Amino acid sequence: MPVSFRRLVQLATVATAGLSGLCQAAEVSVAVAANFTAPMQKIAVAFEQDTGHKAVLAFGSTGKFYAQIRNGAPFHLLLAADDETPAKLDKEGLTVPGSRFAYAIGTLVLWSAQAGLVDKQGQVLRTGHFERIALADPKLAPYGAAAVETLTRLGLLPTLQSRFVQGENIGQTYQFVATGNAALGFVALSQVMVDGRITRGSAWQIPADLHTPIRQDAVILSNAKDNAAAAALAAYLRSDKARAIIRAYGYAL
Amino acid sequence: MPFSPDDLSAIWLTLKLATLTTALLLVLATPLAWWLARTTSRWRAPLGAVVTLPLVLPPTVLGFYLLVTLGPHGWIGQLTQFLGLGTLPFTFGGLLLASLIYSLPFAVQPLQNAFEAIGPRPLEVAATLRATPLDAFFTVVLPLSRRGFVTAGILTFAHTVGEFGVVLMIGGNIPDKTRVVSTQIYGHVEALAYTQAHWLAGSMVLFSFVVLLGLSLLNRRHTRVMP
Repeated sequence: MPVSFRRLVQLATVATAGLSGLCQAAEVSVAVAANFTAPMQKIAVAFEQDTGHKAVLAFGSTGKFYAQIRNGAPFHLLLAADDETPAKLDKEGLTVPGSRFAYAIGTLVLWSAQAGLVDKQGQVLRTGHFERIALADPKLAPYGAAAVETLTRLGLLPTLQSRFVQGENIGQTYQFVATGNAALGFVALSQVMVDGRITRGSAWQIPADLHTPIRQDAVILSNAKDNAAAAALAAYLRSDKARAIIRAYGYAL
Repeated sequence: MPFSPDDLSAIWLTLKLATLTTALLLVLATPLAWWLARTTSRWRAPLGAVVTLPLVLPPTVLGFYLLVTLGPHGWIGQLTQFLGLGTLPFTFGGLLLASLIYSLPFAVQPLQNAFEAIGPRPLEVAATLRATPLDAFFTVVLPLSRRGFVTAGILTFAHTVGEFGVVLMIGGNIPDKTRVVSTQIYGHVEALAYTQAHWLAGSMVLFSFVVLLGLSLLNRRHTRVMP
């Protein structure tokens, strides 16, 4: 079958459109706090569909990312688990000035993979017979620090401290509880919430007045000055579509 | 004082873990290495491969399987709970078990090589002199394979001191129980306590260098004595 001229023109148009699309699309490398893993994976997919840019995600503890960024890690955007780390990076001149914003307010939850173990008032902390309680390392992870603050306010820190097992980040803490190796633990609500509901085990959502709010800030890092995708993703995180995803995972905004 | 009390407790725990692992492994690995060196069984190759596995597997694989099988829903976890021992992750016993598995090839292989190098001849001679196999093992094999034991001991000890990934996955960072030097260094680095990290990390470099230097001097002396 002879290829018609019209067909050739069509092909050429498609190819050119594809190429120009490629030229405009950029790649943004994002360091994401472990607690924001699930929502960020969803947001990244939507972001790629809507803008054509590509987001490459790395998940870990905010403390580790801070150390890596200070030592030249090639990240463009940091989604931290706190507001202190982005502020520190700002002060050290490692960010694009004025690019800092809150993308989520984290919610701490006492969670067990066992149904019925954790009651709605958290009385289990006083009366429960459990061997171990998991939390993220308070020195490294804001959710761990919030957990310690909560226990201090409840006056339970001295009695429970000997039963602590510490995850290196909130992801590992969740894994300790999910595998049943720790009967219960302090994790991020976003880790146990699917479509606005806690579907597995039992949980007590920690009242906001028991600890300093976990304000999670994002910041564009200085090596992304000319990266269009980094600016686009920072804007996208504040869009209604992204905010709806973030709220569905239990974050306040 | 360059080391904080936490650092010192991590150092002490690491030495305790490495010493116990080395002592237990030398006892456990000896019959295993002996069997591997002597047997003509068709199980020799598969078992040898299993023993070597920890050498090539990423620590995350070992740590993951240990966490799942030792946990309350895993079969070893069910067994230890049935025996009234509780579950092993986040305990010193759990770390010890993990270290035994993790360092197994470092104990078995030098011993197996030493046993193979002896060959059947000295044992046949011992048998003609009416030595029982057990006699022959203690009076002939052990002295002849002394170097294998020293190598196995040093490598096992050093390798256990250097264990990190498995501890991170099943340890839970508990002071005096599961917080060893390598995880303590990791914590210092993440918390940007670089001075403390340098002290501990530098000590590890020095320690490892001395161990390897000692090992190589020992081997050279032996090769000179035995032309």
